[in-house]
Formats: sequence, structure tokens, C-alpha cells
Amino acid sequence: MIQCKTSKEIGGMGHSMKRKEDDRFVHGKGNYTDDVKLPGTLYMDIVRSPYAYAKIKNIDSSDALKIPGVLAVITGKDLEQYNLHWMPTLMSDTQMVLPVDTVMYQAQEVAAIIATEKYIARDAREAVKVEYEVMKPVVDPFKALDSDAPVLRSDKEDKKDNHIWHWEVGQKEETERIFNEAEVVVKEQMHIPRIHVASIETCGCVASYDKVDNHLTMYMTTQAPHAIRTVIALVAGHVGLTEEKVRVISPDIGGGFGGKVPVYPGYVIAIAASFLIGKPVKWIEDRSENLQADSFARDYHITAELAGTKDGKILATRMKVLADHGYTDASANPSKFPTGMFSIATGSYDYPNAFMEADAVYTNKPPGGVAYRCSFRVTEAVHAIERMTDRYALEIGKDPAALRFHNFIKKDQFPYHSPTGWEYDSGDYEAGLKLAMKAVDYDNLRIEQAEKRNKGELMGIGLSTFTEVVGAGPSKDFDILGIKMFDSAEIRVHPTGKAIARFGTKSQGQGHETTYAQIIAEELGIPAKDIQIEEGDTDTAPYGLGTYASRSTPTAGAAAAVAARKLRDKAKKIAAHLLEVSEDDLEWEPGKFSVKGAPEKAKTIQEIVFASYTNHPQGMEAGFEATHYYDPPNLTFPSGAYICVVDIDSDTFEIKVRKFVAIDDAGHIINPMIAQGQVHGGLTQGIAPAMYEELIYDDDGNILNGTLMDYLVPTAVESPSWETGHTVTPSPHHPIGAKGIGESPTVGAPPAIANAIIDALKPYGITHLDIPITPYKIFKALKDKGVLDKNIVES
Amino acid sequence: MIPSSFDYTAPSSLDEALKLLRDLGDEAKILAGGHSLIPMMKLRFAEPEHLIDLNNVSELSYLKIDGDMLKIGAMTREVETEESTDVARYFPIFADVAKLIADPQVRNFGTLGGNLAHGDAANDQPAVMLALNASVEIAGLNGRRTVGIDDFFYGFYATAVQEGEILTEISIPIPKGRSGNAYHKVERKVGDYATGGVAVHLEFDEQGICSKAGIGLTNVNPTPMRAVRSEAALVGTILNDEAIASAAQYASEDCNPSSDLRGDVDYKRHIIRAVTKKMINKAKQRAFNN
Repeated sequence: MIQCKTSKEIGGMGHSMKRKEDDRFVHGKGNYTDDVKLPGTLYMDIVRSPYAYAKIKNIDSSDALKIPGVLAVITGKDLEQYNLHWMPTLMSDTQMVLPVDTVMYQAQEVAAIIATEKYIARDAREAVKVEYEVMKPVVDPFKALDSDAPVLRSDKEDKKDNHIWHWEVGQKEETERIFNEAEVVVKEQMHIPRIHVASIETCGCVASYDKVDNHLTMYMTTQAPHAIRTVIALVAGHVGLTEEKVRVISPDIGGGFGGKVPVYPGYVIAIAASFLIGKPVKWIEDRSENLQADSFARDYHITAELAGTKDGKILATRMKVLADHGYTDASANPSKFPTGMFSIATGSYDYPNAFMEADAVYTNKPPGGVAYRCSFRVTEAVHAIERMTDRYALEIGKDPAALRFHNFIKKDQFPYHSPTGWEYDSGDYEAGLKLAMKAVDYDNLRIEQAEKRNKGELMGIGLSTFTEVVGAGPSKDFDILGIKMFDSAEIRVHPTGKAIARFGTKSQGQGHETTYAQIIAEELGIPAKDIQIEEGDTDTAPYGLGTYASRSTPTAGAAAAVAARKLRDKAKKIAAHLLEVSEDDLEWEPGKFSVKGAPEKAKTIQEIVFASYTNHPQGMEAGFEATHYYDPPNLTFPSGAYICVVDIDSDTFEIKVRKFVAIDDAGHIINPMIAQGQVHGGLTQGIAPAMYEELIYDDDGNILNGTLMDYLVPTAVESPSWETGHTVTPSPHHPIGAKGIGESPTVGAPPAIANAIIDALKPYGITHLDIPITPYKIFKALKDKGVLDKNIVES
Repeated sequence: MIPSSFDYTAPSSLDEALKLLRDLGDEAKILAGGHSLIPMMKLRFAEPEHLIDLNNVSELSYLKIDGDMLKIGAMTREVETEESTDVARYFPIFADVAKLIADPQVRNFGTLGGNLAHGDAANDQPAVMLALNASVEIAGLNGRRTVGIDDFFYGFYATAVQEGEILTEISIPIPKGRSGNAYHKVERKVGDYATGGVAVHLEFDEQGICSKAGIGLTNVNPTPMRAVRSEAALVGTILNDEAIASAAQYASEDCNPSSDLRGDVDYKRHIIRAVTKKMINKAKQRAFNN
């Protein structure tokens, strides 16, 4: 049970208070980017390439410009005049805003139409005639490195191949020696598929440039408004858009999941158009554009190996990654981490040695990849290690749960130094798995499974006991374009005791307006309902790096606690002044200071705040405000123990997730209801890649499932009834002991499901299937094994 | 949605609709529930100049038992067939199929007539109508005619409904004796078109011998398909395992699926065999449990 230190009225940490923001959402009063309506707005639509790789011979806009209401057709050549046709990516690569001569992927932006109505702009899209010379694209990342593969980034001087970078970490020689001598070595080649965040709200913006004031207001779907403002100033400062002349407003966002971190060409073109025309320009993607052109996630090909003893002691892991980045490395990683935090791939286990390496390549696909509800490639890492743990258990004939207990990092080993250089802050992996096993009645499930196997029925049990790494990040290692990954809170309490607090982060559904208020309520005793939270306006909020990678609670949440503690120190001084005692004679309980031994002599926080404006001690600064920029000393390491039970129809191979138990450890929980909601959503985004989602391209680089008809986003119908629970192992270095929860379920669920399905197929000699695992994929695997008709269909 | 521009008219009677259709010619499209047409307009695969919306034509929305026939107006919503007790008594298959047609929002607006008139072998209701041996009434300005379901589906998006005509009513014979029916499709997720679907309707004589069998297949043939050999394998038998296995095998052999993202030909034949077997068993069970 979660203990609350504050009353329900105050609503500090641990209270399942309803979300303050939901009133406006359930009343239809949310204010999303497409709801921004400015007088004189023009509408932008985008002509996109039907080909994955082609030279642009000619763009004829004359017919489009004849359509009444069409004001302009903007091409790469137009932007080239202002040196705006290329832009930097977050990984210091370069990306086209609009192409001057070559398109690099299907659905890439080719030209933009500006019109008085969105319907006219869409009609004009069909009237722009583009002449292409189609070239043979590079689609397969393995073939990208062939000596005869065309060099895609010929725009880069001296570029002779499609290789982007090489990365490695760990003990190469020692790991190799262990592998050479190990009793047991298991190996699988796996693909973590290219997927898309598919948020309900697509991307878009309203760029509004005022020619008289030389000022740009940019309403846009961004998870990181402050960083975006800096990027705009860096890219367009030379035409007069310096940072003080740019205001970025991120209104309500309908889901981000990492997909709203990058700067997409559409934003830049809209700014350019508004800058040239002097009117607001609105651009809102449709669903197909969002799915086909915006940054993807994942797409790691991993060769994973594990060495161990015959009796189940893990000795080393070796992983080799081929990363398909599309035509530019547009990852949203911290600058020094080209593979993000993939090196967490030793997971929850006490590995003496590990070696990991990765190579990234260019292909004719959309750029990326973003950290889809994942702290920078942790999902890929967790999938590899959790799959391999089960693979090892299968090889030596040991129960996967027993194998995990045997190899877990023990509670007393924290802070734990991993072989790839991380310092895990805290964890209790045994407690989580024990709780999960109890919740599913694990031993009886194994008995049931044995009985079903005798009858030819397919039932599987899958485990995932993962460790996350979130809260980027400490300034010594973490920056984006040089800006350190701190985050900020600014609290201002009004004379009547009500407050406003502003943050450098930006909620996209996480519930910050409630949870941040609860953190401040916990520290100051001001009721959470009296605290207004604001984010997303660069003119008013303090600078911060935004919300993604489960970083808001570890960074801005910590900033809120520290800023509130500064105010509590001030409150103590004022209380001492008001009560005419020394500070040492005071004691704090949530909401008031009282005199030790004389509890009737007390001042409430509201009285103290009022005094800070009306009767503050001589020499003290008036008012009740504090700001803090929090630089975390370390990352946080949430963990989870998930167990999934599947039944597979032995005729049609339809997969039913019968039971799914998720035990999470995110340290101290701010709002259990919101945390549970986060877990439910995250688990659903975990079954998505495990069973449904993958962006599929043919040999010509055509996307085969570029609409939601074929890109299969699971719904309530596909979602099992999630059973959730938690253990609480606080982060020792975080001011409120919290770790972050948003991403754990998305990271931890896919291997639990994959392991369950492969466990169900164990009698047929199947050791691995790439996700998404579908009935069709099972059919093919059984057919390849030659067991389809003999053992299953006729049984 | 940003479709091409179009004119829109919403007549309140069938006669008015037919006259509009005559006047506007082949640039006009009939709008029923809109759940096939509007997605095509959104993607600009369909760019009709005129839409004639039948949603105000209340005379086409009904569901009634008329003698030995169940009669369903073309504008009757899928949800009404799903929830009607009259229908459920004889045709539990309607509840089976409705639950597999997209989601509640679609079923609240999508119509049985629209589902059939779209002429898409991927839709679920055509296979059900084949199994139930339905007939379809089509109206023109010169009067009405009735077409048996086997003569209704011509080809890809093509049906017996000719220029200037509107599908008005579906009639289904009510079984006299012991009967059962069932539908299932394998789909990748809810709302998807079938990887393969099978509708089965069975009638039995007093000795428990199968007297009539109707089997329709979804999305494994260019047009909605009747599994003729499978039906024949069942009639005159007591539906023992052998008869059922033969029927399932024939269905898988006789269908003509094409390879796509849902699966290759082998997989689809496998699905058809498995689901045919399951649905015959389910229909039989329903017949003998009632």
C-alpha cells in the first residue's frame, strides 16, 4: 500500500486524485494545434514523392497556380535562395526541407502549396506536375553496405558508402574469450521492426509571422518547445528570426510518444511561407502523411548471443546491431549516444562481461528513429536480452523464472556497476518477479500447460523482467545540440495562497497538470487543486528540454520538489518571524509550521505566504517565488516483472492473450491512478509491435501499409484485461524517490508476449520468431518445420 | 477528410431518389451508410460529382417477418440486424457477422443494402446472404425486379444493380424445421477485412439428416463465393466427421484466394479449411441445441 503523508484535501504524493486537465478534455474544450484559428490564415498542403529514389527533372506549378485561391507553390529551389533547403537533424546529420534535385524516400515532401482554403490546397496538390527519373533504391539495410550499392548521400563531399557510424562498448577481448570457452552459447538473429508512434493527433503547426514587429509565433505539436525555439533561431537567425523574436507555443497535444520531438520539414516550410507572405500559415498532416513520412521508431537488426554454464549461470552477452536510419540519421538521442541507451542490454542480470557494437546505414526510407515511448533504444535492448534469457533457458532445459532468479542483480548489489558502464541506482528484482508469479499462480500454470500439451493444445507462458534507464540526464554526459539535459520548475505563490507553476517540459497526455501540483502540494502543503500548472509557452515557461524518454518526473518533477523546498525554507523564516520564535523551535507538518511543544501556536502556509507580501521580515526579499534548474546526479532505473499467458488456436493460430500481469517498480508513485493509466496505455503499445505493427516496404521502397487499414494499431478489442501491481524501491538520488513510469510497459511488454508465444510453440522446435508474431507467421514457421498437418491440424 | 468537391442531395423518398439518379446519370453515386464510399472519397479513389444520400428515405428502413420470408429494407443498419430478436430466433449468424463488421460506430450507420451493393468480396454480408440463399429486390423508375443472390454479384465492385437502379430489399427464406447457422472470419485485428471468412447455414429433416446446406466464403475469390461442392458433401448426411472434413477440404480447394499482406494462398486455403470445419460444427450444434 502507498502511504500518504498529506491529507486528501492537500492531495500530495500517493493520492489517486482525478486529473485536473480532464475536465477540459471530456468537455471537448481541449485546445489543440488545429484548434488555433487566427484571422487571415492560409493553408498549406504538400506534394509528396510517389517514388523512393528519383531525380526531379522538372516541377511545373502553372496549372496549380491557375486554381483560384492558390497563392504559391514552394519548391526546394525557392528555399535554396534563402539557404533553407537543408536543415540539421538532432544527430548532426542533415535533412532536406524540400529537395532541389533528388527525392530519397516515398512520401517525401517535394513541393508545398499555399492556398486560402485547405480544400483548395489539396485540389492543387494534384495539379502540380512533377517529372521524375526513377532510380533503383536501397531498401535492405544489409545490402546498403554492398560495394556496388549506390551511394545515397552523394550530397556529402567524400561520402563513398552508405555507412553512417560505428559504435561499441564493453569488454571485447574478454567477452570473446568467454564465448570461446563457454559450455553453452546461444545465438539468434532478430529484427525489432520499424514501427510508427501513430499518435491520435497527427503533426501540424500554425506559423504566424508579423512583418511589422518582426516576430514569429509558432503554434506547433512539439514535445520540446524550448529546444525547438533555439533550433529555429540557429537555422533562421540569419534571416532575422533571432531567439527573442520567436515564440513557440505547444498547445494541448494528442499523444507524442517521441514522434513529436523531431523538426519536420512541414514546420520549416510553414515558417518560411509565413515569413515571406506575412500571414499565418496552417499545416496539419493527414493520417497517411503522418504514417508514411514522419519519423519511424526501432528498426534494429540484432545478432544476439549469450554465453553461460550448463547449470544456468550467465557469463557474457555479445550483440551486434545493424541500424536502418533511412536517408538521414534523424534520431532523437542525446548527442553523445548514437545508439541511445542500447547498452542497457545486460538488463536485470549480473553479467560479468558484455560487448556490444552497432553500425548505422542509410537506406531509401523515411528518416529516424525516434524513441517511441522508450528511453532511447531501451526497447530494442530489452527485447534482445529478455528473448535471449528465454532462449538460454530453453537450451539448458531450465525454467525461465528459475533461471532469472539465479542471475538477477541482488538487492544488496546496488548501486550496481554494469559491464557497459551504467550505475544502476536501486532495484529489487526478486521481489517483483515473486509478486508477479504469485499473481498468475505460476506453478499451476505450468501444470496446466503440461496437460494441454499432451492434448495438442497450444498454451504459452512468457516472462520479462526488465530494467529501464530513464531521466536523461546528468549534464556531464547528456546534451541535445550542446544544450544540457536539465529541466526546470518555477513556482509562484500568490498572496492568497494559490499558486502557478511553470515547467520546461510538455505533457502530451501524461497528466502533468495534476502530478506536478501533487509534488508541490507534498512539499508545501498547498492543496494540489490550488496549484495551476503551465507548460509549453517559451515566453512564459522556464527553459527545459521537454517531455520524452520518461524524463519529466526524474528531471522537472525533481526541480519542482527542490524549488518547493527553497520556498519551505523561506516559509520557515517567515513563520519564525510571525511566531516570534527561533527557526530551531519550529516543526513542519504538511501545510503548517508550529512551535515545538505548543502545537496551538502555528502558522499555515497560506498565512505565511500572505505575510511574504504584507509583513515580511526586514531585509528579506518580498514575495513567494522560487525557480530551480535540476541537473540530475544520475539516471533512474525503473524495473518490472511481467508475465503473459497466451492460448493459440491450433487450427487457425489466432492468438489470445489470456492473462497479463505487470508488476512495475517506479520508486515512489506520485498518483497511483495516473501511473496505472500510464501502464495500461503502455502495455497496449507493447502488444502493438509484439503482435500487430510493422511498417513494411517492398523492393522498390514502396510502403505497403501506409494507412490504418493495413498498419494495424490495436484497439480496446485486442487489449487483454491488464492486471497491474507494483513494488516500491525508491531512487536514492532523486528528491522524491521517484523513477518515472511512462515507458516501462511499452519496453517490457513485447518480450513477455513474444516469449509466451514461442513457449507455446516449444514442442515444435521453434526457438525464435521476430515480432510482430501473427497467426500467419506461426503458420509459416510450422509449415517450414514440416509439422503443420501431422501434429496440429489433425489433432 | 478532404475529398474532391461534389454536390449533395438528400431526397426523402425512393421515387425522388430514382428520379435524381436518372437526371444526374452516371456521375452520381448513392450514399447509404457511407462506410465503403466515404473512405474511397477520402483517398480520392472515388470522385463522384453528385452524392444522393438515402439516409432520409425512411421507407427503406425496416425489418419484418412476412409469411415465410424475413424481409430487410436496404437502409436497415447493421446494428438492427444484430439486435433484432426476430432475426436472432432463426438467424444467430447475423449476430456473428455483425460483431465482426468493423466497430460499433460503423455498425450503427452502415447498412445491409450498402454492404451488398458495394459488390466487394471482402465484405462479410455477401457470404452470409449466399449461405442463407437470400434474394435481392432492385427498383428502377420502370418498376421492381427480384434477383437471386447467386445472380447478384457480377465482379469487382459490380453487381446486378444497373444504372438508374437502387437496391431496396433483401429477402431471406425462414427455415421450417431444425436449422442452425454461423459465421466466423479470421481477421488481423478488429475492423479488418477477412483473411478468410465462412458462413454456414444448415437445415435438417426429422431424422436429423442434413436437407439443405448453404456455405458462403468471404474474401477468397474475386466475387463472393458459394462453396458448391462443400454444400453437396453435407446434404443427405448426418454430418459425421468425414462429411465435415470433406466439405472443409473442398472449400479450401475450390476458393481462389490471392496473396497479400494477410497471407499467401496456402495460408488462406488453410484458414478456409479450418474455419469451414469450425462453422459447420457450430451451425450443427446450434441446430440441435435449440
